[in-house]
Amino acid sequence: MPSYCRDPRFQGDDGLSEARDFLTREREKASDQDLKGILRRTLTNHHLAVERNEAHWIDWQVARSLAASWKHDAISRLDSLLEELETNLTARGTVVHWASNADEALDIIDTVVRENGVQSVIKGKSMTTEEIGLNEHLEAGAVEVVESDLGEFIIQLRGEKPFHIITPAMHLTKSDISALFEEKLDVPHTDDAETLTRAARAHMRSRFLQADMGITGANFAIANPGLISITENEGNGILSASAPRIHLAIMGIEKVLPQLEQLALFLPLLSHSGTGQFLSCYNSFFGGPRQTGERDGPEQFHLVLLDNGRTGILADPEQRESLQCIRCGACLNACPIFRNIGGHAYGVTYQGPIGSVISPNLLGVKEFGHLSFASSLCGKCAEVCPVRINIHHHLLENRRNLVKISPPSTLERHGFRGYSRTMVSATRYRMAVRFARLGLGMIQRVPFLKRFGPIQKWTASRTLPVPARTSFLEQVAEERKS
Amino acid sequence: MPLDQTCCGQPAFNSGYWDEAVPVAEHFLDVFGTYDQIVSPSGSCVTMVRHFFEKLLTDHHPRAREAGEIAGKTHELCEFLVGTLKTENVGASFGATVAYHDACHALRELHVKEQPRRLLQNVSGLTLVEMENPENCCGFGGTFAAKHEPVSTAMGREKLDAAVGSGADYVVTTDSSCLLHLNGLVEAQEVPIRCLHIAEILASRETTA
Repeated sequence: MPSYCRDPRFQGDDGLSEARDFLTREREKASDQDLKGILRRTLTNHHLAVERNEAHWIDWQVARSLAASWKHDAISRLDSLLEELETNLTARGTVVHWASNADEALDIIDTVVRENGVQSVIKGKSMTTEEIGLNEHLEAGAVEVVESDLGEFIIQLRGEKPFHIITPAMHLTKSDISALFEEKLDVPHTDDAETLTRAARAHMRSRFLQADMGITGANFAIANPGLISITENEGNGILSASAPRIHLAIMGIEKVLPQLEQLALFLPLLSHSGTGQFLSCYNSFFGGPRQTGERDGPEQFHLVLLDNGRTGILADPEQRESLQCIRCGACLNACPIFRNIGGHAYGVTYQGPIGSVISPNLLGVKEFGHLSFASSLCGKCAEVCPVRINIHHHLLENRRNLVKISPPSTLERHGFRGYSRTMVSATRYRMAVRFARLGLGMIQRVPFLKRFGPIQKWTASRTLPVPARTSFLEQVAEERKS
Repeated sequence: MPLDQTCCGQPAFNSGYWDEAVPVAEHFLDVFGTYDQIVSPSGSCVTMVRHFFEKLLTDHHPRAREAGEIAGKTHELCEFLVGTLKTENVGASFGATVAYHDACHALRELHVKEQPRRLLQNVSGLTLVEMENPENCCGFGGTFAAKHEPVSTAMGREKLDAAVGSGADYVVTTDSSCLLHLNGLVEAQEVPIRCLHIAEILASRETTA
């Protein structure tokens, strides 16, 4: 079972139930007018910020192309870059661990926890820890886990999953958060964002100082010199990484880049596409534990390199490009489907268009291939992607891969076989046109027929077209005769 | 106009049925392969021929070369008129206010954005207005329209509301598929706007619509 399904909130009994559950959540979220209002406001503000920030780039399109080619280069020599990263990090006293799947990553973290008597963990924001279900796992082992990113902290208090890979609490209003803080932290009701932030800060401060271990993700790793880079806006990432005596970072193997200079492009690129900022407030590099003569920093620094399906994607020339993703969230913000249903509907760690590309390939095509159909293929995602991933084209490949092993429905399979046999012959096509004209006419006259299959779904909100008496082709043919 | 033409294969291709789409694409090559230029009033069909034939009929396919050749000579109507024929005024007249909807495939796969607008601006009696977010998808998306009906409908309503908000009498685009969906919504939900294909306007000689 894919690691993500261990979470009972997303558990399904068979492959197909994931698809059914998705449709149920989709229907429910699409009719939630409050959610729609929040998403519209938030995403409009985001788009305006990105638009304003574009003036900082001499040529944004050239920057995208350069970023794409650098990522492409890094992905194509991932093996040697990762070894170089390990060698350089180890030389400064970092312990580098390799995890081929979520279970191995959790085992590695368990060992570090056990050997060091860790009882409390403070966390920086990390989608990779979401991917392996780390919080639930540590809590089950009686380790206290506190999220220190404000958005993550809020959803942790609510017992929810992140709504969006960059903006985990995007779906909540100030008054939702105030009500939550009132209930969980005894903070008097207020509509003032600063007061709420200060309350969270006060609550967290002692946790930073008491935590035995800080766990973070990494936005990039640089092979030479060996280091990881963390981008954030709240300073909680630096604190999580440097205040406790142990820092453990976990990252997907696709995040490594060869050279430090490349961050001069990738840090502003990530900030631009993620939040519409010129540069996020804090960009910190971590290359090892406290060195001799240094006054601060953790005693131990561990880096867990996670595969968890990524080498499978690497081995597939069609899908390899999806490993270029820097998890900026731009495609989620641009996607009209995300704008209508939000992140929770997807039921996977990585939501939105890029999530629908990679989730089936990380977690199973049969179980999660249906996500590739949750797209009108409009291509807005690829248009905004800062590393030029052809997201919607990969969705098409995913669809083909799903249909090969498990077509969504028998009716559909037979339908497309019939379509194929019809369209290879002009005679059959002309007959089909006449048949469709009759059929459409009949459905108009007998409303009962609208209750079935795709016709029912179409006519739930739309009329069916009234067919023309003669088609364009028929008119031309008629003209030629006379 | 070859009367043996049928379909480009996109419905099957987009739905994941590539094996079923291959013979349809081959039929397209049979019918159209010998022509110098191929024009279609659908950005979506042209995208299929120009970009996806080579995904479907890959290097291993015996007709991969033909697929590559046909890609270069297949054009969307507006791009053919403005780009190839260098015609921005087709002598049409149509007395109405019109909002142009950027159909996704035409816009993002073929970069057709300015051509239809220029053609419309030169139609006598026609006032072209811009709706809010003209580049947003209308929500059709082939089988998406049925499979994900609630989202498809919401996207369509948003598009129509933007078009109505722009003061347009008509929402116009390059693709019949968008119009099938939008017009279905207009009729079922009594939205005060009408839908037309751009070819219908370019062929019009009406001064009052």
